[in-house]
Amino acid sequence: MAAADHDHDHEDHDHGHGHGSELSPIEARVRALESLLVEKGYVEPAALDALIERYEHQVGPHNGARVVARAWVDPAYRARLLADATPAIAELGIGGRGGEHMVVVENTPDTHNLVVCTLCSCYPWPVLGLPPVWYKAPPYRARAVIDPRGVLAEFGVTLPDTTRITVWDSTAETRFMVLPMRPDGTETLDEAGLAALVTRDSMIGTGLPLSPEAAR
Amino acid sequence: MSGCSLDAPRPFAEPWEAQIFALVVGLQDAGVITSGEWAEALSAAIRPADAPERPADYAHWLAALETILARKRIADGTAIEGRRDAFLRAAQATPHGQPILLENDPGPG
Repeated sequence: MAAADHDHDHEDHDHGHGHGSELSPIEARVRALESLLVEKGYVEPAALDALIERYEHQVGPHNGARVVARAWVDPAYRARLLADATPAIAELGIGGRGGEHMVVVENTPDTHNLVVCTLCSCYPWPVLGLPPVWYKAPPYRARAVIDPRGVLAEFGVTLPDTTRITVWDSTAETRFMVLPMRPDGTETLDEAGLAALVTRDSMIGTGLPLSPEAAR
Repeated sequence: MSGCSLDAPRPFAEPWEAQIFALVVGLQDAGVITSGEWAEALSAAIRPADAPERPADYAHWLAALETILARKRIADGTAIEGRRDAFLRAAQATPHGQPILLENDPGPG
């Protein structure tokens, strides 16, 4: 059985060599669009390359984690963040497309916040990067609203019955981020140490920050 | 570079996903489409009239962008299909491991 599989792999390999390169139908369509748009002057190749570089390597949840950690150590910053998130986030040098109008919602012992985009996949790119696959999938889009407690349970998050869950629906205009509660036992950590506890999911609301023990 | 413990999977599973993403954002940066137009087109693309709702993945980004470009008369279906076929022919004419360039399209037939 294993030998047969091995032979089969080789056949595929040889097949490719004899017949030039292959583009999948979807790859060919994307190349066609790019080529037409460049030709007509709507986009520039260098700008496209720069965008890909930015979203592959620079933008990501480590940005949001810096915002959260700052809010945990600096009450004045926290107040500015909750009052008007976009300029507060910009104070840390974070901003750009997908973050033009940010709203940060704070978890408390009484209220847990959960973010979804029921329309499509609106997401605060500058602070969280690009959304995970499940965030874009129909089950999450639908169930986050009608059964948030059930969704949280699937993510391994169980909250006290007394904690109210508020669901925020991000749109192209307004994108939400959760400010999670600072974990216990973190009094001695500095800002960088705190940022390391902040997970992507804790800023969407489908998770909680790591404990200092778990992060070690 | 961040040196933190966040779960940060690669944002794009394949290069074409990054390409379509960059096109959509690049067109917004250039003011050709607005973020509202984009959300509306993507939302429509993932809600076919005769089938269940679909994921807002990059394949549906492509479909949504094609719809917008046709509506704005920037690139219609015929132009896109013609250019796609040219790339498919160019690929076939390109030895493995070399870049697939449009000028290597030997032409139809």
